[in-house]
Amino acid sequence: MSFKVNYEKMDQIFNELKKDYKVYAPVRLKGQGRYSDTDVTRYKEIDSVSEIVYDEKSDFSPKEVIHPITQTLFYFTEHQFRESEVDDKELLIFARPCDINGFKRMDKIFLENGDFSDKYYKRMRDKVNFALMECQEGGWDSCFCVSMGSNETDDYSLGFRFNEDNLKIEVKDNDFLNFFENESEIDFSPEFVEENNTKVNIPEIDSEEILQQVYDLDMWEEYNDRCESCGACTASCVTCSCFTTRDVTYTENGKAGERRRNWASCLHEDFTEMAGGHSFRETPAERMRFRTLHKIYDYKERFGEDHMCVGCGRCTDACNELISFSSTINKLSEAVQNLKA
Amino acid sequence: MCKSKEDNELRPEPFEILDINPQTDKEYIFRVKCDKEVKPGQFFQISLPKIGEAPISVSGIGDDYLEFTIRKVGKLTNETFDLKEGDDLFLRGPYGNHFPLEKFEGSDIVVVAGGTGVCAVNSLLEHFYDNFEKMGDVYFLTGFRNQECILYENALEKYDDKFTDTVYTLDNEKIQGFETGFVTECISHVPFDKLEDYHVVIVGPPPMMEAAFNNCAAQNVNEKNIWVSLERKMSCGIGKCGHCKIGDKYVCVDGPVFNYPEVKNLID
Repeated sequence: MSFKVNYEKMDQIFNELKKDYKVYAPVRLKGQGRYSDTDVTRYKEIDSVSEIVYDEKSDFSPKEVIHPITQTLFYFTEHQFRESEVDDKELLIFARPCDINGFKRMDKIFLENGDFSDKYYKRMRDKVNFALMECQEGGWDSCFCVSMGSNETDDYSLGFRFNEDNLKIEVKDNDFLNFFENESEIDFSPEFVEENNTKVNIPEIDSEEILQQVYDLDMWEEYNDRCESCGACTASCVTCSCFTTRDVTYTENGKAGERRRNWASCLHEDFTEMAGGHSFRETPAERMRFRTLHKIYDYKERFGEDHMCVGCGRCTDACNELISFSSTINKLSEAVQNLKA
Repeated sequence: MCKSKEDNELRPEPFEILDINPQTDKEYIFRVKCDKEVKPGQFFQISLPKIGEAPISVSGIGDDYLEFTIRKVGKLTNETFDLKEGDDLFLRGPYGNHFPLEKFEGSDIVVVAGGTGVCAVNSLLEHFYDNFEKMGDVYFLTGFRNQECILYENALEKYDDKFTDTVYTLDNEKIQGFETGFVTECISHVPFDKLEDYHVVIVGPPPMMEAAFNNCAAQNVNEKNIWVSLERKMSCGIGKCGHCKIGDKYVCVDGPVFNYPEVKNLID
């Protein structure tokens, strides 16, 4: 069932929703951008629908709502481990189709890879309900979701179209119907991007021999000069889930502290460094190759179905050196075609 | 969908240190009271609250104890060296797969270990020692940089008494019971032409393993008979943190033990 409501009414609905849900959406953080006098759009808990930045792509993905940059796993006092706690409320996350598909990629790692599901991820993920946000026609410049097959989803509770003075909302999850009780029904379902300006061709790495040659391609060398190993790409990515665990102490005597999980980046120099100093990927070129192949080869080899990359293009937007991930993929595709020629 | 443990898999438990046995200045064997079922090749995440966590392979398995040979090279391991008998070491695990003991049973075995790689195979060697009558010939080759780096001196003697043949080397020094040179060069001493059903286990630092693979190839060793244990940075041990990923493999959950053909083409 679908409804049309104005912003004021939506805020009244929000007030009701907030009794059971924490609502997260992309908001504009004034002056907190990378350069002076620039803003950044990232996910925060919101009180009003007017806070939502719906007409731009957010700089950061919604992954930080459930897999935050830093989170406490345990609190220590002396030798006692006390598990950190989370709010009991359900989550309603405003997200684009690519991001909702991105959560499915993270699910594979946190819930399916290995013998154990990750409790810290699962306890948040179980609470997630998506409020789909329609994209503008064609998406944004760096988007290539259509090429990655992640431009559509049916995994949402509410589907939103933002108009200037009203909202069209498809209520897919009946749990939310009671919030729209007195509204008159309309005919509406969200539309998905059908074509992006940016397109990628996924390289066809279909033999062990080609894979070996891909590792040795000259094209990776370029990144020794360009990639700064800053990790902005992985921080902005909705499917990058790597982390490092660290203990911190609060007091001088070191008796109280926390075990924390912090985002890690495979682009950082120390990502593979073991105690004693040995590292396995020492150059930006090797690390860029690793990231690229993870996103468009390794993940699918392991889990089948989809590639890890959902084509949100945020890594391209975030790169200080203007490294375009779609161009990287296309360049690799061309190189693979040449290898086969 | 994998197991969703009622409790938290990342929560470590304290285990009492029964004995600390210094091997070198930098390597001590910590024996903890623990009756968990563990197989040779598996590892634990060892931690001290407020210091950190690190993956350490099990180097000895008893009915009611486990041993970890810890090298003092990082934040956690430095602190661990200040512990005394009776203190607690925090553990979670065991994690990872193990050496294929069923496959090994009845076969001839060649174990080649370099430096601290011997820690990852010591529990396997103990298994061969205790079940020697069920095994074919057992060859054990291990090498250390110099005299000060020798680990498991007592065990080396014990293995030498029982196993079919042992070769112990020091890179540059000459002392009784040790040959001089790299252990990998001694792979040529193994009479592979006389072995039929055999397995080779290779564990050590990356350059040593590479040299061992080359020397095995020179001896026409079938790659399918080679087993390795890989060491990588890990921050969770259960397939989530991403640090140990190589290609489409995660060392923590797919390994650390691999059949060589599975990993020979993997590039980090």
